[in-house]
Amino acid sequence: MSATWSQIQLVINGHATNVEAPPMKRLLDVLREDLGLTGTKEGCGEGECGSCSVRMNGELVNSCLVPILQANGARIDTVEGLAIDAELHPLQKAFLECGGAQCGICTPGMLMAATHLLARNPHPSLDEIREGLAGNLCRCTGFVKIFDSVIAAAAMKGVARDAR
Amino acid sequence: MRGNPEAHELVAPPTLADVLVRLADAPGTWTPIAGGTELMVVHAAGRLSAHKLISLCGLSELSFIRVDQESISIGGGVTFGQIRRHPIIASDFPLLATAAGWIGSIANQNRATLAGNIVNGSPAADAPPALLVYDAEIELISRRGSRCIAYNDFHLGYKQSVLEPDELVFALHLPRRFANHMQYLRKVGTRKAMAITKVALAATAIIEGGLVTEIRLAAASVADRPLRLAATEAAILDRTMSPHTMAAARRTLLNEVRPIDDIRSTALYRRHVAANLLDECLSELSRGLTGDLSA
Repeated sequence: MSATWSQIQLVINGHATNVEAPPMKRLLDVLREDLGLTGTKEGCGEGECGSCSVRMNGELVNSCLVPILQANGARIDTVEGLAIDAELHPLQKAFLECGGAQCGICTPGMLMAATHLLARNPHPSLDEIREGLAGNLCRCTGFVKIFDSVIAAAAMKGVARDAR
Repeated sequence: MRGNPEAHELVAPPTLADVLVRLADAPGTWTPIAGGTELMVVHAAGRLSAHKLISLCGLSELSFIRVDQESISIGGGVTFGQIRRHPIIASDFPLLATAAGWIGSIANQNRATLAGNIVNGSPAADAPPALLVYDAEIELISRRGSRCIAYNDFHLGYKQSVLEPDELVFALHLPRRFANHMQYLRKVGTRKAMAITKVALAATAIIEGGLVTEIRLAAASVADRPLRLAATEAAILDRTMSPHTMAAARRTLLNEVRPIDDIRSTALYRRHVAANLLDECLSELSRGLTGDLSA
């Protein structure tokens, strides 16, 4: 049996987009395959690792667990939307400066989870940062430099820019 | 991704009434999907047997938290993120708020729903022990009408419940009479985040003049379903919390639980830990300590 494809409307990083896809296709795969937004990574594919984290209507979600039909009409923010033109987002600057990225596969998810955290809580404690990123796994840096990066970003001007 | 998205139909009716009509017209045909934190994992692994799925995501009729003098009603579509952030749940039902924070990660809590956690039927689920010790009622809805039963009577066995194929979980109703109870909740898992329970224990109790006048105990991952520990409660109720009572309660619990060996733990370990959690719980209660020990 072949499912009827659905017409899906999305607002991706502020841009209205239409896509046609099987309704059970994962948001992750629509982003990467249909829209060419390969910044969002697939790690475990089962909601455990956070590599595919994006924001859907302002909420952090694992895009591997969202059937595209459930995203119809939603505002989706991905890592590609963080930098404005050539100007990196404060979190991206902080990850660069503090060594918060190594191999890089967890980084887009870390950035989106951290963006979500700082949008809710511009000055988180270390415990709050650890909880905010608890669903994002890194196998290289050992997390300390990632937490340092979020602390550094929280101290920068303009970090609350994405609190929209 | 080993699953094939084209092998599955997914529809998203705009209202709860529309969903109930579809379920009533072809009972057993449709598999409801809310936040997808269980079914999408199965889908990605290529093991999703359901061909026709019906989305409950975004149905406003299931997404409410209503508070009145006597009770709080939590719609089946409420997410664990919403449960964690609700001030009355935090003040009156702290065990439920704490359990909500155990569900996976923030991203999972933003999608996973209370009804999904229940209907999925895992004996390891995080919310059920808290719901059991708060005497929750569960309201089921179908085109035939709605019915309310004690949540304790909902699960019938491993992944089996009284839910009919044309029914959905409409809401959980919790009486607002536990704010003054002493409360205990602890989960033992592999790590703090993202870990599925090896054993968890919840309790609410009142001790007056040394006498236990009310006690409710419930556990996860010690049986084929989330389990209210009625026999263990009976070994404690109307007694003083003496070493003798505590020893008798421990013996009763070890007879009452029926854990299994699986990928996450062993039956032997679970029995030991369940008994140790009971010891810890009762000794905290007897010393008048309240609140959640899991933080």
